[in-house]
Amino acid sequence: MFTAFQETEAVQHAAADTLHAMSDTLHAGAAQVAEHGEPFNFSHLLDHIKDSHEVELPFIHLRLPEFPPVHIAGLAIDLSPTKHVFFLVVSAVLLAVLVIISARAYRKSLVPHGLSALTEMLLVFVRDEIALPSLGAAGVRYVPYLLTTFFYILIMNLIGLIPFAATPTANVMVTAGLAIVAFIMIQASAIRAKGFGHYLAHLTGGVHWALWIIMIPIEVLGLFTKPFALCVRLFANMNAGHIVVLSLIGLIFMFRSLAVTPISIPLALFIDLLELLVAVIQAYVFTMLTALFMGLGMEGAHDEEEHAH
Amino acid sequence: MFDINPGLIIWTILIFVLLASVLGKFAWKPMLKALSDREHAIRDALGQAEKAREEAQQLLRQNAENMARAEEEYQRMVREGKSLAEKMKDEIVAKARQQAQQDLVRAQEEIQRNVDAARQQLRDEVADLAIKAAEKILDESLDAARQKKLVDAVINKIPKN
Repeated sequence: MFTAFQETEAVQHAAADTLHAMSDTLHAGAAQVAEHGEPFNFSHLLDHIKDSHEVELPFIHLRLPEFPPVHIAGLAIDLSPTKHVFFLVVSAVLLAVLVIISARAYRKSLVPHGLSALTEMLLVFVRDEIALPSLGAAGVRYVPYLLTTFFYILIMNLIGLIPFAATPTANVMVTAGLAIVAFIMIQASAIRAKGFGHYLAHLTGGVHWALWIIMIPIEVLGLFTKPFALCVRLFANMNAGHIVVLSLIGLIFMFRSLAVTPISIPLALFIDLLELLVAVIQAYVFTMLTALFMGLGMEGAHDEEEHAH
Repeated sequence: MFDINPGLIIWTILIFVLLASVLGKFAWKPMLKALSDREHAIRDALGQAEKAREEAQQLLRQNAENMARAEEEYQRMVREGKSLAEKMKDEIVAKARQQAQQDLVRAQEEIQRNVDAARQQLRDEVADLAIKAAEKILDESLDAARQKKLVDAVINKIPKN
């Protein structure tokens, strides 16, 4: 698992390096490019991973409606749907259809076939390998939440690999939304397991009251760093692969030579396959860490029960 | 990529919560229930199979016991039959032998009686003959009673056999 982490981090570094190298080459070759005409604009490449109000599909060019921003507590919130909202909805609908079809198959027989066999394999994996080992028997009620998290992130990660589609999880705002839900679930499960009083008492870290002034901010900060890490990890990992692929393809345009294609296309294919792996790994990591944090918050309750006995 | 767009956060949370509630009701609940149902069904089936196996084994054991008992019974019956037959044979033979003995004794007695009768008859006839002969010789010198007495005395001197 951790080697995969390192791998994805390596991919991120590679991405950064490639971008760096690209800009260097660009500056160096500026004079040369000037002879050939208009220089290649790199912002076009990044437009692919940027959010926008347009969805470009084959033969269809959707221009999403824009609304004036809503002002809540001095904040201007733009609720108009974007490309990533579009793919959030597409992923959600796709997932709902696939999973509900698999669930309906169980009405006919308890033995799964085809699609429901695949869904069941992932479901049993999430339940028995991720949720229950971290949460214990009391965590059964959180299994549906973790299942939704895993399947939704997985399908969003995978949908980004389809040409013309965008990866919603490569947008830090989307992962922030998911992390906020995770944050709420982590706190809620801890409060439910321990009671609100014990939950607050846990924030003091169990030290002498004179140290509370130091301990409480640290513990509160700790509550937020966990989901923040979830948010950034998913976003960065999903972005990295895309940037590397775009960089590799960008090399062709930068050098203005077809001779680069035998190198950049197989490499891009390799990164694409790696992304397939990363898509599954990141869905697993996000779900597993959420379950782990929930389990940590709930575990105190077991300890105190054991002490009381 | 780093655009700050709180609207997108709200969309994400909204869609996620909606998706979680829909899937929770229509997908995860029935699927998890089906899974646990199946697990129960498998556990039950295994338990029943184990029970059936135990029952079968017990039946087998009972069967073997019955067989052993039947074999024993059969052996005993054969043994009893054999001894009974032996006894009956002995009895019949003994009875037959006794019967034969009795018949022999009776036959011997019969023979003895016949021999005795014949001897008596012979004696009488011999006496009569002797008397007649003596009469002839003496020509009625003696009366019949006296003669007979004389002859009897003579005959008694003759050894019995």
